[in-house]
This record gives sequence, C-alpha cells and structure tokens, in this order.
Amino acid sequence: MPKDISTSSDKNSIQAAEYVEKPESQLKEMWATLRQNKAAVVGLFIIGMLTLIAVTVWVSELIGVQILPYDPNYSDMSKSFIWPNAEHWFGTDQLGRDMFSRILDGTKISLFVGVAAVAISLSIGVLLGSIAGYRGGRTDAFIMRVMDVMLAIPSILLAIAFMAALGKGLDKAVIAIGLVSIPEYARIVRGSILSVKENDYVQAAKVIGNGDSRIIFKHILPNIISLIVVRATLGVSSAVLDTAALGFLGLGVQPPFAEWGDMLGRARGFIFTAPYTLIFPGIAITITVLAFNLFGDGLRDALDPKSRIK
Amino acid sequence: MLLEVKNLRTEFKLKRGTVTAVDDISFTIDKGEILAIVGESGSGKSVTSLSIMGLLQKPGRVAGGEINFKSQDLNKMSQKELQKIRGNQISMIFQEPMTSLNPVWRIKDQIMENIMTHMNISKKDALARTVEMLDTVGIPSPAERANDYPHQMSGGMRQRVMTAMALSCDPELLIADEPTTALDVTIQAQILELLYRMREKFNMAVLLITHDLGVVSEAADRVIVMYCGKIVEEADVKSLFAQPLHPYTVGLLKSIPQIDDESDERLYMIKGMVPNPLNMPSGCSFSDRCDSCMDRCTKEVPKLQEINGHKVRCFLYEAKEGELNVK
Amino acid sequence: MNEVLMKVQDLSKHFTIETNFLGKPLSVLKAVDEVSFTIKKGEAFGLVGESGCGKTTLGKILVDLYSPTSGKIFFEGKELSALNKKQRRSYCKDIQMIFQDPYASLNPRMTIGDIIAEPIIINNLLPPSEVEERVIYLLNCVGLARHQRNRYPHEFSGGQRQRVGIARALAVEPKLIVCDEPVSALDVSIQAQVLNLLDDLKAEFGLTYLFIAHGLNVVKHISDRVGVMYLGKLMEIAPKRELYANPLNPYTQALLSAIPIINPEKKKERIILKGDVPSPINPPSGCRFCSRCFKELDRCKLNAPALREVSPDHWVACHLYD
Repeated sequence: MPKDISTSSDKNSIQAAEYVEKPESQLKEMWATLRQNKAAVVGLFIIGMLTLIAVTVWVSELIGVQILPYDPNYSDMSKSFIWPNAEHWFGTDQLGRDMFSRILDGTKISLFVGVAAVAISLSIGVLLGSIAGYRGGRTDAFIMRVMDVMLAIPSILLAIAFMAALGKGLDKAVIAIGLVSIPEYARIVRGSILSVKENDYVQAAKVIGNGDSRIIFKHILPNIISLIVVRATLGVSSAVLDTAALGFLGLGVQPPFAEWGDMLGRARGFIFTAPYTLIFPGIAITITVLAFNLFGDGLRDALDPKSRIK
Repeated sequence: MLLEVKNLRTEFKLKRGTVTAVDDISFTIDKGEILAIVGESGSGKSVTSLSIMGLLQKPGRVAGGEINFKSQDLNKMSQKELQKIRGNQISMIFQEPMTSLNPVWRIKDQIMENIMTHMNISKKDALARTVEMLDTVGIPSPAERANDYPHQMSGGMRQRVMTAMALSCDPELLIADEPTTALDVTIQAQILELLYRMREKFNMAVLLITHDLGVVSEAADRVIVMYCGKIVEEADVKSLFAQPLHPYTVGLLKSIPQIDDESDERLYMIKGMVPNPLNMPSGCSFSDRCDSCMDRCTKEVPKLQEINGHKVRCFLYEAKEGELNVK
Repeated sequence: MNEVLMKVQDLSKHFTIETNFLGKPLSVLKAVDEVSFTIKKGEAFGLVGESGCGKTTLGKILVDLYSPTSGKIFFEGKELSALNKKQRRSYCKDIQMIFQDPYASLNPRMTIGDIIAEPIIINNLLPPSEVEERVIYLLNCVGLARHQRNRYPHEFSGGQRQRVGIARALAVEPKLIVCDEPVSALDVSIQAQVLNLLDDLKAEFGLTYLFIAHGLNVVKHISDRVGVMYLGKLMEIAPKRELYANPLNPYTQALLSAIPIINPEKKKERIILKGDVPSPINPPSGCRFCSRCFKELDRCKLNAPALREVSPDHWVACHLYD
C-alpha cells in the first residue's frame, strides 16, 4: 500500500485556488472516532451522570437546599439496618442513615479526590518526566532513581506512610494519593519524550533557532499529550480505588462524611446480616472505576491519528 | 514454465472504499530466469509477491486469478499445503535484513529450523548444510559465524544470512523483495553478484521486486514495469532499456541522473504524483501525468498488447501484423 | 565563485559508547575524525559515503545539532566553534538544514503554514503583519498552493512534505543549506522534481549547498565539487568531473564501479569489495580503508595517509600517491 493517500490536485487547480482552506478540526475527528466506540460512549455517559450528581449535591449543599431524600449524615438508631424498600431504596446502615443518600453524597467526594489527586500527580509527574527526558544525563538518572524507589514500595503502603506523616483527613488523603502516583506519569512522559526527541522535526525545530522550553512545549508535549490524557483518565479510576482503600482502612475521609471506601470498611462486620450495606458502595466504586477505564481506552484510540476515522 | 500468474487481482477493503492494488496482471517465469518487477510505491509490486506467497495481511485478499506453480494453483491451496511449498520450493528474501531475522535465535538455529521443517534429514546433516550454505553466500569462517546472533552481524551479512536461509532447501523460485534497498552500494554489488551466482549454480528462477532501474539493468533477464496496479510494459531487459515504449518508462529513465552523463541539463520530470488509489483518473491511470496524453487516454483503458515480444499498454502504439507502428 | 563561505578545519566528533564507573571512556565511536574542507560561496559541495561514514554527523555539526569534539568551523571568516550558545544560535539564520525523512521532519501537530512561519517568528525576521504574506510566497516558491496552508503534514505525499521542509529552511533566508539525503526517501519520479527544485532555488536565492547523499548519481548531478567519506575520514575531494573521470583513491574507484549503470548492454568491470565496513568503534589502525582495499601497501596498516593536493584542486588521502 502507498505510504500516503493524499488528495492530489493538479497544478492548474492549484494556481486557480486563491482561497485558504480552514484547518481541519482535530477535536471533531476525535469525537467522530470516539463515537464509534460504544463502550467509551457508555463510559463517558456514566462519567457525565456522576459529575452531574456530584455537582448537584455540592451546589444544593452550598445553598442549603436538600435535594437528597434524606440527610446523609443524620442518624436515627431506631431505623438501623432496614433492608432496601420503597422508602429507603438502598436500605439504612448500622446508624440508621439512608444508604441511597449517602451513596449519592459519596459521589462528590470520590470524584473530587480522583480529579484532585490526578491533578497533583499529573503536574508534578509531567514536569519531572519532561526534565528527565529532555535533559538526560545525571539529572535524568537522579530523578528516575527517586521514582524507581517510590515505585518499589507498594503504592497503598506508601500512601499510608504519607498519611502517617501528614495526618488523617480528606485533603491529606488527596495529597498522599497524588504523590504516590507521580512516578507513573514521570516514567510515561520521560519515555515518550525520549522517543519523540529523536524525531527529525525536533531537530529541525532546533536548527531554526527554537529554545529548549519552546521545543518542549510546542514540539514535544503536543505530540505526547494523548498519552498523558489517557493515562490521566485511567489515573482517576485508580485514585478512586486508592481513596476507597484508604477509607476502608479508616485513614481517609473522617466520619460522619460519606465516602464509599469508608462505608465499605465500617460495614464489613455486617456482611452476613446486612449485605446490602457492602454491596451498594461496592457497586458504586465498580461503576465509577469501570466508566473511567472504558472512556480512557476509547480515548486512546481516538487520540491516535492512525486509528482515526475521517 | 515454472510459475504462471494469470489475471491476478488483489484488493484491499478499506473503510473508505476498495483499493485494487493488483489489477488483472499476468506473467510467467521460466526455470533459471530472473524476472524483475519495477515500480514506485503504490504500484502493487510488493503486493504481487505477497499474493504469490499467500502472505497477504487483512484487509488484503486475492480477489481473482490463478497462481500456477508447476501447474498447481497456489491460490486454491490451504495454508497448510502452502507452508510445505513456502520456504521449500518457493522462498523469499525481504527488504529489511534487520527485522526479518529473529533476534533471540542464533543464525544456525534459524537456518536449521527451516531445513529440518522441509527436508527429512538429521540434525547433524542440517548443521552441515547450514554451514555449507553460509559458505556459499560468502560468509567468512561460516562454522564460527553460525553461532552468532543476528545483532552481531552487519546489514550486508544479515542479508547474506537471509539469502542462505532462503536457498537452504534448494528452492526453484526465489522471490526477492527489494533485497538491496536497505544496503549500501558496495554491499548491494556483493548481493547482486551473489544472486547471479546462485542462479547459475542452482538454475533457480528469481522474481526480483525493486524500484531501482539500475538494479534491474544489472541483474534481470526480463522486466515488468508496473504502475498503479497494472503492468504497463514488459520486455526483455535489453530492449526495454534500448527502446522503452510506455511514456512512464521513458519518463522514469529520463528522470534519473545518469552517472555517465556529462551535461548539466535540468532533469526530465514526470509531472504530478501517483494518484490516490481511491480516486484514480478515468481511462489510462497514467493519463494525468503523461506528456503524450490524448483525448482517448482519459476515456478508455488501453490494453496490454504485444509487439515483437515487447508488451506495452498505451494507445501510442498499435500492433499491426506484428509491426511496430508508432503513431 | 572563489570566495570561501565555510571552512572546516580538523573537525572531529567522538561519541562515548561505554564508560567505566568513574566516567572514564572505555570505547569511543569516532563518527567524524579530523576532517578538513572548504565550501565556496555559491557552489554545491557534495558529500558521499556509505551508511555510518559520518556524513550526516558532519552535517549536523555544521547546523549545531552536535557540538564538535575538536576542530574549528569558520563561517564567512568568523569562528563559529568559538562562540557561546547564544551567539551561535544567531547563526541559525545563515545555516539551515533539509532533512532526509519527510515523514519524520515535520511536526504532525502543526499546519504546514505554521511550520513555515515558525522560523520567521522566532527569529523576529518580519513584523507579524507581514509573516502570512511571506508564508504564501514561500509556499509558491516550492510549488505548493496557497489553499494548502492550513493542512496538516499527514495530508501530503512524501514529495510535497519535502517541499514544505525546503520552504521551512528557506524561510530565514539562509546562505548555506545542509541537504541531508533530501531525495533518498522519495519515489524515483518525485526525486527529479525535488532535485530540479533545489537547482532552481539555488540559482534564484544565490544559495550554497552542502549536499549529503549516498547516491553517487544524484550527487554528481547537483554538485560542483564532491568529497568522499569513509569511516569518519575524508578520502578524496575533487571537482565532480575530475572525481568521476579520474578517481584516485581505491575506495572512490570501488564506490564508482559499484553503481549499477542503467544500460544492460554496457556491462562494466566491477570492483567487488571484500567484507563489510568495519565498525567505527574499532576502526583499523592506519588507513581506515586498508581492511578492504585491493591496492593495499605495507605502510597502509601502520600510518594513516593525510589528505594532500595531488593535482590542482584534487585532494586525496592515500599512500599510493605519496
């Protein structure tokens, strides 16, 4: 097959054409490709719903309107362990709090933690990875050895260690989870920079007089942005899982705030008597993680120009 | 006649339409003959060789025609039957000597595996044959070099190893797809000389696929020129270079800077570029780039016609009672 | 045409392949080894050699993609190799490069117009309002159309992409362009188009070329003088007619004889060299070519021949002509 299938136009039409074509929209093409992927669309839809729920809950809390069926933190011991029914769709927990309201409320925290943690690890990781990959030599060796050490420790253990140093609490959990996944981003960015750096167009950029920072930001990063975006999307799901794990261990969000992992952890004693107290938070975590994973996979295809549909 | 390709048609079904990469081509190769197929990227020359070997990858498929090797239609054979013929009676060497050897196996293991799959001989004999073949293709101290891994050899050496492997089962037909393109000119001379010697020694036929007219002129007995999936000209090598007929062949020959050309004139240029396979010009596929394009050329597709054993697909030539008639 | 534009003196580039744990080099690849030559204003100086001979490395040193290990580079009398990084960068306006692979040398995320505009903008060559006009002018110069300005590289064929690469190099109005195998990745029918374009642009803009290639016929067509490299050393320099008619160095002779001639009637006597190009990490002592030479003398193994002028303007590094 020929290497390129380009629109050939003969010389006369070239001379005649005095107009300048509009640049094709890369976003439009991406969306067209993404739409072909059913799983990714489902993922995106779920993410949209979760975001909607989270924002609605958050805004209603701010303006003091209660839109959840019950106050998620109001406990009424007389109503503990009610099995799911028409009044309490997901039942009530050991303290008589409405599970449905708590799960919706938990969406807010899970999404926030996921996005915030990724923002932390992404910004630091991309920066470190870029420096290491572009500079090379000793800088590279030093940065990457530190990253290797961090990778050698199981991430949850490392997060616990950070939590031990920082103290309990939601904000600290976010920082701990963010810090723990820096090496993953740094490695990906460094690896792709190393390969992109060798491309002739990067050399050409040097020859026409570009400075280092312009080369990194204009010529290298745009060419690996897809990798970073995909990794970040998948990163949200692992951050949600890590938050849940910390919550399960009692290190994350502190009571009475509703957080899925924390709910799981506190309900584990009632697995036989009131299994629904575990099942519903479990399902919520699974759905969220799955949605981000499906979307991330679809995004990877959509961002690869080779697999794009015109 | 060793190989007869009859009305071969190979298609690629893409999302944006069907591309006919090889469009109704027919040719034959005799025992001991070197037939060259020349063409640029997109001409269908490599697809032709892959079709013959049954190595087409999806979405490509042979859509019609026969590939008769010693009167058996390869196209109708199962993959299992083909495997018996591939690497044994027909073998192939590729363009990239760097990637066509398995990097984790020793040279001798790769050649011996090929020999033992196709020939019923003991391991000891296979090793002896391996060393003998390496010696034949000109690898110094073959017994020691047989223990090397591919990365320990240079590009030229690896192409020799590939050739040794391809020749290890005494094939009757060798398909060489751009065997010298990745090599330097002094190494290219060595490999071409090797091909020539092997042909003499084993009376083996060679189908040489290349874009380099210099290589063709050096090595081939007969030449097929392909453009956009069609044969546009076929002749023995001497008459092709002495009297090229098709405007594409003429243009190609004129556009290459000649080493013995002492003038500083501008090079002849074929205008435009190879058309998009999904958007071919109507009529003759070369019509949009041809200097001698007539009205008729954009409306009808010319037929391949034979004039004194020289075949050409162009309306400039009309065969009349075996006479060459230039309009 | 006798004014010297660039002078290269004993230029070397060594790459350290292996170091011991103290950082002391154990094995060194001598990609370019004490090479000297001059390029005259307005000429095309061809540089031929097989892969791994260091011709591309040499070209990349001249455009400051590599810094030389030792040696001097003079451009219009100024010693470039003595300048600091910032001063050196100001010379990128004068020395440009065209790359071999048109599929890798254009940033896939930029439109071709932006690719051509970039060197003008970062070097502040024109006020922003005039940049667009200049981009269109350059596109026309290389045979591309105005309406294609906002297309991305993947929409173009190899030949068209190479035209974009040429326009990018022209954008800063350079004096010298290093052409690194500009046609070897292109189809035969497209090669002639690009070679003619390079010829036309040279006349139109008064350019000087360093034309690096492995195809001896291409180099012969475009160059005025030709240098032959082998394993990091210059073996021979001569005006092209002289070199092709009367090659002195045995390597040049073998190289010329290895080119297939497009005429099956004219089978020529061929010098088939034995063996392969040795690794530049451990090149043979003495003359680099002696391991494959067919006219080897005793002293060839012992000491390396220097590049000497044996007849006017014909330089050769070979003990046969001592």
